Amino acid sequence: MTDIPAKAAAPTASSGSLLLTVMKLRTFIALIAVLVFFSIAAPNFLSAANLILMAKHVALNAFLAMGMTFVIITGGIDLSVGSIVGLCGMVAGYLVLNGIDLQIGYTIYFNVVEIALITLAVGILIGAVNGLLITRLNVAPFIATLGVLYVSRGLALLSSDGRTFPNLVGKRELGTTGFGYLGAGKLLGLPVSIWILIVVALGAAYLAKYTPLGRHIFAVGGNERAARISGVRVNMVKMFVYMFSGFCAAIVGLIISSELMASHPATGESFELNAIAAAVLGGTSMSGGRGTIGGTIVGAFVIGILSDGLVMMGVSSFWQMVIKGLVIIVAVVVDQAQRRLQSRVTLMQMAKVG
Amino acid sequence: MSAEAERDVILKLEDVSKVYSGTVAVKRANFEVRRGAVNVLVGENGAGKSTLMKIIAGVEQPTAGRILLEGEDVSFASSGDAVNRGIGMVFQELNLFGNLTVAENIFATREITNRFRKIDRKEQERRAAEFLERLQAGIRPDMLVEDLRIGQQQLVEIAKAVSLDARILIMDEPTSALSAAEVEILFKVIADLKARGVAIVYISHRLEELIRIGDYITVLRDGRITGQEEMKNVDTQWIVRQMIGSDAKDFAKADGHLPGEEIFRAEEICLPRTTGGLAVDHVSLSLRAGEILGIYGLMGAGRSELFDCIMGRHGHATGSIFIDGKKVRERDTTRRIRRGLALIPEDRQREGLVSILSVASNLTLASLSRFARLFHIRGAEERQAVAGMVRELAIKVADPAQEVSSLSGGNQQKVVIGKALLTGPKVLLMDEPSRGIDVGAKADVFRTMRKLSRDGLGILFATSDLDEVMALSDRIAVMSNGKLTGMFDRAEATEAAIVAASALGHGPAGPTETNAHD
Repeated sequence: MTDIPAKAAAPTASSGSLLLTVMKLRTFIALIAVLVFFSIAAPNFLSAANLILMAKHVALNAFLAMGMTFVIITGGIDLSVGSIVGLCGMVAGYLVLNGIDLQIGYTIYFNVVEIALITLAVGILIGAVNGLLITRLNVAPFIATLGVLYVSRGLALLSSDGRTFPNLVGKRELGTTGFGYLGAGKLLGLPVSIWILIVVALGAAYLAKYTPLGRHIFAVGGNERAARISGVRVNMVKMFVYMFSGFCAAIVGLIISSELMASHPATGESFELNAIAAAVLGGTSMSGGRGTIGGTIVGAFVIGILSDGLVMMGVSSFWQMVIKGLVIIVAVVVDQAQRRLQSRVTLMQMAKVG
Repeated sequence: MSAEAERDVILKLEDVSKVYSGTVAVKRANFEVRRGAVNVLVGENGAGKSTLMKIIAGVEQPTAGRILLEGEDVSFASSGDAVNRGIGMVFQELNLFGNLTVAENIFATREITNRFRKIDRKEQERRAAEFLERLQAGIRPDMLVEDLRIGQQQLVEIAKAVSLDARILIMDEPTSALSAAEVEILFKVIADLKARGVAIVYISHRLEELIRIGDYITVLRDGRITGQEEMKNVDTQWIVRQMIGSDAKDFAKADGHLPGEEIFRAEEICLPRTTGGLAVDHVSLSLRAGEILGIYGLMGAGRSELFDCIMGRHGHATGSIFIDGKKVRERDTTRRIRRGLALIPEDRQREGLVSILSVASNLTLASLSRFARLFHIRGAEERQAVAGMVRELAIKVADPAQEVSSLSGGNQQKVVIGKALLTGPKVLLMDEPSRGIDVGAKADVFRTMRKLSRDGLGILFATSDLDEVMALSDRIAVMSNGKLTGMFDRAEATEAAIVAASALGHGPAGPTETNAHD
């Protein structure tokens, strides 16, 4: 008698968890789906040259999306990353071309490594401004970073009066050559920017999983009050995520300027939206507390491959936008369905345990 | 029962039960509400009073049993249904919209409109003013609710319920935030309603209040009704006996160990309230190692606020605290935890747990630095600590990687306690540690408290449960209105003395004058 319901319940539970597994891997499945689809639909899609080119495109968004993921996990948002990309590109370009004029007849020129470090510092600094506005002055993250978005973009435009810094080759006698390495250099057959992405992504994933700071990021997003009472330094955690986001944006600014060997002040416009999209597609919850670096990277690849593939197929850019939007919406709908299913499966397991 | 009395009954619950997933909140309750009378309902925290009232008010639907309104079988699908049948309720937790005005709150969902469906603000405010006038609260109908004191908000909630013109009015702890003067006014309003034939169901913890205004009394214990009597036939003794019952609760026995040296001292802790006055008013107390000091007080007495001050959650609090005789200069929570303080907050969901994280992550959240070398969390050590705590506190969880929200209330509370213990505290602050958990888990929590005190921890625990404070404490401190109004050794403490001390300072005159009367 009692065996019958138990036997009947078992298959539904396992089919539920199978469906759950499929849903959990949805971003991966989407990635494989777009890869398979375009390798059939677009000629040359699978050529090594094309794959590397696409990876370089994706890397730019992936950097921003990683920074964005941490910010969103704490329950915030960073709209300023696109502008930081533009401003940091301009900083790097300015330093290569002009150095710093000390106003006493001397001008300091930095070598490329120093320029990169200064640029990264600028990105982190702008992130710190975001963080201070949010933690010390209690400005809502949306508003604070929106303000910084405009200020940074304005500064980028002011730095050159709206013009492009062209031809960043540098001068051998000033020691400013070699700026192109970041964007065009290769190491063991892979572009340098991909190597940087791998290093930063591994670092971020490690941080999220194996360090107290990473755990605190999730705790702050899950329940800020409880985190505070548990002794988590909430303000420091928030400062960190915005500074990390600024750091990631600065890397992107450097890479783009280096690839083009020119800095344009409008670079990075609307990049923040792509970054948010990649994070969300990768399973980051906008209400905070949930998300993974791995998921975000996969999300960035899905979006990047989708847009590059559609270009190769000759689909109009207007249709591309429609398709991208639909993909994001579907991702979130599936995410919600997974949550519901998950809680149902958990309840069933609890009922079984007693 | 005479036919006369039968006719008086306006509402009758027959064999009503309410089951939530896992727990039975109300078991086969029979409850009668009489017209033109104050029907008092008492019981301890978690006895099922609020659930029973929510069933009557249509907020919750009974799992079994029926509701008879004037002899007619009814069922309410929503609170709107109940309101339409003339049943109003003043909720314990305030259900007001802080961003709307008093008048808009009173007429929420039944806005007075003109011919064009436009809200007639003037008329609403005029009518609201009439109700507020009766409560003599000095509240203008055009004030924003969030600008009012909690007590005044409670009066608005009452005005809202009165404005429904209900035949049955349920009041769930209406006086918990009121001053003595405001309570007097409320009683006048209740007498007035009674005279007009309104049946009032009145829930309160304050026994002296109940005896004063009640006509009929019903006692609930663990979801069952254990006594129903006319108020004139009963006394405090009878009520307490029905509430507690013969089967004493499972408070772990004291083991007779003697407390050691002073481990913690608070001096002159003050916390200003945003609305003026002091939420914590010059509180000083001292705690010895291995001692359990119970802090008894009613809602709003300032117990939680005192704990918040000790933990450094309020930057503007004044006073000083000492651990092991050394002054604690650190002002932020993080460093106070490192000095050996730990708080188990009252509100598990909002302040205790990160509900979307796993049991393990929650347990180690406050003590991660213990498991980290430089910046790397050593997984094996963390898992070991988690497993140890799960075993020690008997947390029922299949896999610590499970989300903490999947646990029952009692096990969630154990996770919060485990989190505090993993920081290696010297002084544990527990705010209502037994709230909202089942009997078995309560016993576990009490046993843990005993064990920790034997191990030499100092425990400060706040409660509004008289039994609990009497049974568990080595000493009992009583707070009222932000002040420390009594300090008793267990040997000399009596329920009467504690209740008296917890009502001090609620007088209309200044607290000093009240003390002078004493």
